[in-house]
Amino acid sequence: MIEAIGLHKHFGALHVLKGVDLRVADRELVFVIGPSGSGKSTLLRCLNRLETPDAGSIVVDGIDLMHRRTDLNAARRRIGMVFQGFNLYPHMTALGNVTLALRKVAGKGRAEAEALGLAALERVGLRDRAGHTPGQLSGGQQQRVAIARAIALEPRVMLFDEPTSALDPELVGSVLAVMRELREDGMTMVVVSHEMGFARAAADRVVFMDHGQIVEQGPPAAIFEAPQEARTQAFIGQIQRH
Amino acid sequence: MLDTFFNVEIMKAAWPILLAGLGNTLLLSVTVVPLGLLGGLMLALLARLHSPWVRWPLMAWVDFFRAFPPLVLLILLYAGLPFIGIELGGFGCVAIAFFLNTGAYYGEILRAGIDSVPTGQTEAARSTGLSASQTMAWVVLPQAVRNVLPDLMSNTLEVVKLTALGSVVAMPELLFQARQAQSLTYNPTPIVVAALVYFALLWPLVRLLSRLENRALRAG
Repeated sequence: MIEAIGLHKHFGALHVLKGVDLRVADRELVFVIGPSGSGKSTLLRCLNRLETPDAGSIVVDGIDLMHRRTDLNAARRRIGMVFQGFNLYPHMTALGNVTLALRKVAGKGRAEAEALGLAALERVGLRDRAGHTPGQLSGGQQQRVAIARAIALEPRVMLFDEPTSALDPELVGSVLAVMRELREDGMTMVVVSHEMGFARAAADRVVFMDHGQIVEQGPPAAIFEAPQEARTQAFIGQIQRH
Repeated sequence: MLDTFFNVEIMKAAWPILLAGLGNTLLLSVTVVPLGLLGGLMLALLARLHSPWVRWPLMAWVDFFRAFPPLVLLILLYAGLPFIGIELGGFGCVAIAFFLNTGAYYGEILRAGIDSVPTGQTEAARSTGLSASQTMAWVVLPQAVRNVLPDLMSNTLEVVKLTALGSVVAMPELLFQARQAQSLTYNPTPIVVAALVYFALLWPLVRLLSRLENRALRAG
């Protein structure tokens, strides 16, 4: 489903990605962990070309994202993304947030877009909040609306960039529950997050990144219980103490 | 005193003339404000292009027209352009001078507004497949305008007041008409009435602006 090969990315003098290969199979859930500055978010943001790598190839669902004639806007419809800071449009209602791309990108009429939007809000358990603006919703609810905004377009892949890091601990569960349901529906997902419990329960594979490279990867149990590399061991030890 | 400044007979006589002037002031305002906003929007959008070939001329343009007194610009257009065979008339000159001057101001305000919208908004919109221009139109601009609404209104207020400059180039707007009436009647009453009309026209805007500013202060 995703095949990213040989990705390099510089921010000025900083070499953020140093030759990263990531393949994700259909219906696979891959967790990406690593210290801050390891390049994990940059890697994720390359997968829908919010960042453009300096070198490497990215093919998602058969679409070559690095080809200059690829229609990125059309490709992005098929790649949903959820951000750490939710990034809901504050001047629109929850339903407005979910229907904007349905109307402007997918070209649906108002009635059809609203029906699809309400169905997406229903999936995240927030149909009754359709008329609320983001300011009237809790962080957890905002993040679920953001997930609805992405899944309303029926993407083939979902990218999550630290979806629960900005949430109060008691609100994390509701977002993870929605992600778990997506997982059960067979969505292909790449998740940058340190939610180890969720990774253990739901991930097929955990990828550990450090200094712009993939250091080690494997099933959650292997990475969390018996990491092979010293850097992985140090990192796992650190996050388990917290 | 009353006979000098609030002469009722003269008020009655001057009223139709003043009314025509008010009409022209309003016409000028509804021409100049959208024109300035449009020019400002163009400048603000151009400012987002990172090419130095756009940035430097743009900065020079904005600086020039913000530093150039609008009255001088207006007289220059009115008195200067005929020498190269272009006769725009009072209305045309006022429209162009204001487009250049207030466009530069609106442009800076809108640019600040666009800059105030977090990049995460653009990223979220682009990640759903919206194009750059769709993102600007539906996500960024509505928030940008809301964030700088008091500044936009304050500038608009200035623009409406500045339309009085049109009197200098024989544009028959409110002030010009009032001065005509004054010189015909040898009495300052028409000027007093014009002042009151300006006040009545702008005071609601001023009130609204203060309310917006207070709200922004409380929210900020």
